[in-house]
Amino acid sequence: MPLLDVRNLCVEFKTADGLFKAVDGVDVQVDVGDVLAIVGESGSGKSVSMLAVMGLLPWTANVTADAIVFDGVDFTTAGAKQRRSIIGRDVSMIFQEPMTSLNPCFTVGFQIGEALKTHLALSRSERRKRSIELLEQVGLPEPERRLRAFPHQLSGGMSQRVMIAMAIACKPKLLIADEPTTALDVTIQAQILELLLELQNDTGMALVLITHDMGVVAETAQRVSVQYAGQKVEEQCVQDLFVDAHHPYTHALLAALPERATTRTLPSIPGVVPGQFDRPQGCLFSPRCAFADAQCQSAQPLVQSESLGFARCHYPLLDGKPLQASEVRK
Amino acid sequence: MLGFILRRLGTFIPTFIGVSIVSFLFIRLLPGDPILLMAGERGMSDDRYAQLMTQFGFDKPLLTQYWDYLNGLIRGDLGLSFKTKRPVWDEFFALFPATLELSLCAIAFAIGLGIPAGIVAAVNRGKWPDQALMSTALVGYSMPIFWWALLLIIFFSGTLGWTPVSGRISLMFFFPTDTGFMLIDSFRSGQAGALASAVEHLILPTIVLGTIPLAVIARQTRSAMLEVLSEDYVRTAKAKGLSPLRVNGVHALRNAMIPVITVIGLSVGTLMAGAILTETIFSWPGIGKWMVEGIGSRDYTAVQGGLLMIAVIVMVVNLVVDLLYGLINPKIRQR
Repeated sequence: MPLLDVRNLCVEFKTADGLFKAVDGVDVQVDVGDVLAIVGESGSGKSVSMLAVMGLLPWTANVTADAIVFDGVDFTTAGAKQRRSIIGRDVSMIFQEPMTSLNPCFTVGFQIGEALKTHLALSRSERRKRSIELLEQVGLPEPERRLRAFPHQLSGGMSQRVMIAMAIACKPKLLIADEPTTALDVTIQAQILELLLELQNDTGMALVLITHDMGVVAETAQRVSVQYAGQKVEEQCVQDLFVDAHHPYTHALLAALPERATTRTLPSIPGVVPGQFDRPQGCLFSPRCAFADAQCQSAQPLVQSESLGFARCHYPLLDGKPLQASEVRK
Repeated sequence: MLGFILRRLGTFIPTFIGVSIVSFLFIRLLPGDPILLMAGERGMSDDRYAQLMTQFGFDKPLLTQYWDYLNGLIRGDLGLSFKTKRPVWDEFFALFPATLELSLCAIAFAIGLGIPAGIVAAVNRGKWPDQALMSTALVGYSMPIFWWALLLIIFFSGTLGWTPVSGRISLMFFFPTDTGFMLIDSFRSGQAGALASAVEHLILPTIVLGTIPLAVIARQTRSAMLEVLSEDYVRTAKAKGLSPLRVNGVHALRNAMIPVITVIGLSVGTLMAGAILTETIFSWPGIGKWMVEGIGSRDYTAVQGGLLMIAVIVMVVNLVVDLLYGLINPKIRQR
């Protein structure tokens, strides 16, 4: 049984112009100790789907799912209190903007200690001891002094380290990292990723890494889930994905990597992700797909078998060439 | 920190001079002659009138009169009240505890109800508690204070007979007023029922004086909370699995308090203006009532002295508010 098992997750936002579907039938499975990368462009619903799992979406969001089971507890039926006792302890999350994710009015020590107090009921001296330990673990120098620091006295990289220390305070089974390096300098990015992998390796916790950086994916993940316009379009283990992507979108994404470019100008995917008002009737990627035909534009594709990377495509690619309808085993 | 306080005290000097000019001129712009008012219906001879004019210095040019007044101020001398012939300073501080007691109760009432109301409204944004609280706050803010006071008196004192109509304590009680604060003095007197009587007398004036600050604080707390609730650090607090009470009441509220403190500081000015009406309606023997009487008898020194003292109090309160920012917002403290 997977540690996290999300089935048919949908998230809709009430906007002034009606409902906007940000996540559309996404499945996520994460095993114990797994490292899953969720990739996709901005607006593909990757952050929203994980925020929905954590229950952190604003009140304008309407979340539905067949199941969101974490460690045997179904969040769709569990009470708010039971859910709160798991969130922050067994599953925790770090965010894109470390500088604004820490509360400016409280010290680092207070904010780390809070999680320890709430979930583990540690005494003041135990909290202090554990906080120092955590800050050492995330590689912050002078941890004792840092406990008294306020967030505005920290740099972006340091803030993210504090966020990580907070997230791993109760030794979670799953850490969700929502683009943890996007707001940081390139040199710091590598350090933070290295730290996350090191912690994952040491503690054996599972890691979900949300990113739009294929380079990060190649370096860190075991499995990759590709999202497009709120749908999961493909999922494979990382080696296979980079060798043979089955969905045309993944294929085009990989072709756009600078390391893979063969021409003088970088290849790109024409068009943009469909928004609230221009969602195609058929395959959501069909307006931008090089292989789309009339069927793609009229009918929603089904999900292919595991050997084809669960690709949500009428004509999944094999070795870069689309399979014809007769060759596809539905 | 000390440098900051000294710099702020430095800015008091021009404000102080400005207020002294305005208050000095304002009372003299009112029609009516204080000496004729003193004489009453019988009037007085021209010789006596000229003699009194010289005695009070009204025969000198306005500029000279102001200069003499300013000279007194620098030595801490507010002059003698025309009416009572006692120093304005002593009169002011004899009555000030009554106003302070009422104002403190009113601001405590406004903060105690306004902040929770604002939080509840923000957390339930758009739902019925929000709409009910905010429309009530708007009514409270729009209500003319004297009319509101009369409505409360008619209902609670008249129809229900629950509260007294005026004064600070029932006439049955007599004890030394050492501190000037009726709540403390009545408690210290040890007389049975004295404290209860003092509290009863405070209830309606407190509500009347606190209503406008209450409405302002509630609305400001709501909007500050709404802004803060969408911040990333509130999401982080939720991600820790903290209870809604702790997320809203600790993580969000602490940040939302920064603009609310400003409004509380500014309400102190409103409170002083409100005290003039409230004290007059409830015959509350404080600064407000004293000033109204002073204006009635054209007691130039009393009114200008009172205005000046109130201005100084408002300035000091706002300095304290600025210092409070530092306690709440660590960015200011450690700059």
